[in-house]
Amino acid sequence: METSQTYRGYFIGLTGLLVVLFLINMSLGSVAIPFKDVLASLFTANVSKESWHYIIIDYRLPKALTAIMAGGGLAVSGLLMQTLFRNPLAGPFVLGLSSGASLGVAILILGAGVFGGFFGSVLLSEWSLVIASALGSFLVLLAVLAVTFRIKDTMAILIIGLMFGSVTGAVVAVLSYFSNAEQLQQFIFWSFGSLGNQSWYGVFILALCFGLGIVLSLASSKALNGLLLGENYAKSMGLRIKRTTLMIIIATSILAGSITAFAGPIAFVGLAVPHITRQFFKTSNHLILLPAVLLCGSILMLICDTVAQLPFSEYTLPINAITSLVGAPVVIWLLVRKRKLLF
Amino acid sequence: MTSEIEHIVLRANALSIGYATKKNRNLIAESIDLALPKGNLIGLVGANGIGKSTLLRTLAGMQAPLEGSISLLNRDLLDYAPMELASKLSVVLTETPASQNLTVSELVSLGRQPYTNWMGKLTSEDLLAISHALEITDTKKLAERKCFELSDGQRQRVYIARALAQDTPIIILDEPTTHLDLYHRAYVLKLLKRLASEEKKTILFSTHEVDLAIQLSDQMIVMTPQATYIDDPCKLIEAGCFESLFPKEIIQFDKNNGRFTIKP
Repeated sequence: METSQTYRGYFIGLTGLLVVLFLINMSLGSVAIPFKDVLASLFTANVSKESWHYIIIDYRLPKALTAIMAGGGLAVSGLLMQTLFRNPLAGPFVLGLSSGASLGVAILILGAGVFGGFFGSVLLSEWSLVIASALGSFLVLLAVLAVTFRIKDTMAILIIGLMFGSVTGAVVAVLSYFSNAEQLQQFIFWSFGSLGNQSWYGVFILALCFGLGIVLSLASSKALNGLLLGENYAKSMGLRIKRTTLMIIIATSILAGSITAFAGPIAFVGLAVPHITRQFFKTSNHLILLPAVLLCGSILMLICDTVAQLPFSEYTLPINAITSLVGAPVVIWLLVRKRKLLF
Repeated sequence: MTSEIEHIVLRANALSIGYATKKNRNLIAESIDLALPKGNLIGLVGANGIGKSTLLRTLAGMQAPLEGSISLLNRDLLDYAPMELASKLSVVLTETPASQNLTVSELVSLGRQPYTNWMGKLTSEDLLAISHALEITDTKKLAERKCFELSDGQRQRVYIARALAQDTPIIILDEPTTHLDLYHRAYVLKLLKRLASEEKKTILFSTHEVDLAIQLSDQMIVMTPQATYIDDPCKLIEAGCFESLFPKEIIQFDKNNGRFTIKP
């Protein structure tokens, strides 16, 4: 099996690219700030204008960090799901996590009108979206785990996850039908996803969840390698399938759930990045693939965010649209060139 | 007497196999008594649907027996922790590994999972076992190939190499000769024979190649609708066990050649 030595060059290159993209991302935005002052804000706090320092530290830095964690985390959870279900079409949201989150947010925003007046205004405080989204994901997670304990077949878990998605989608549709235009707009804006407007406190909580999820994923890497042979072979090599499945599902839920709570349902990255990564890293060893996918996810998300904020303009495009617009052609191009979807 | 007990690697007593759910029991075969000695190649034959795979799965601990007991190296099979069992018994299944993107050396390395640390890091001992497994199955030159690039015959050898890398006293193979031409069927069975006699492994395989199995096996298990027999192939021929293997209207067993022929 190839060691990480073989890919050392790749890892150094990707890390370098990540740092460069991070600095580019920090320097571009609706306000033009000289690169010298961007660096000064980051490292010395000796900046020409106080407002620039504020923009860099309290707006752009949290956004860039959120992009790095969201991209990396979603990509890793996509890889986990693809290996667990041995299905190249699986992504971080196959277990219905994003549908759960959207149900939570839909009940919050669209239901606020139903509950009305005072209660509604309390619900729509700063943290309410995050909490509603996290609660929604968490409830779906509990349901999926309850099913996991009862069912032996991993594929059945996949289908049940999709069913949960359909049910929550239907409930959201019913809620939408009874809401007014303003509420609908608010809900749709949430579903576009957004990396900005994070408080430092939020970034801190996201970082905790991100760290925990990544540690759990890395700890599962040997088991993930075993699962590449299928459950029966993995079992014959001493793997405890149920415990492993549970650990992988929990890692995915922590990563995808927390990211969705803070940045909204960002599609595509989780599905595509593992495939993009496999084109360059010709290994199936998860101990190498996981960090590689993490880096590629962060890089893609930083690029998407840089594009989405339309440098030097007032506008910010929905990140959810940009990830697909930028990413889908890349995946199509790679597959047409290689003619084979490697898994 | 004690030496004979130590000699037996896998033993089954009054074994009943099948599938049990809460409501009903689907019995497939019963009162099976087996004793598989060290260094023997044991062929398992029987008609489709007679329960060969079920017997192998039960003996490999992948499925619970309905009744009776199985002991592996003089210890109850059900007492083994998964990791411990993995260092005593390896399998080659009919299913293909889920990922065809693995290279041969990656796939064979996975056989070392019971021995590696939590990261799956390969020690020099692991590398030695992998290289030995590749050498003995003649797959060393395929090491950097991807699984989807292999022919059926090469693939079977690679799966056997993975089981060898797992370094277990017993290997159980479910129909290792399916989809192979005559040459590769014979090749795989000769390889198994060599592993049994040279590496002192107990190898149990199921097959539809009754004639090849008779020629190469030290012992054979014959599953018929009436009973399950285990003995030396020649004794089984004399006892007429192969005659009851299949319904008699189309083919018959030729005792002199040890093979089935089509009825005139």
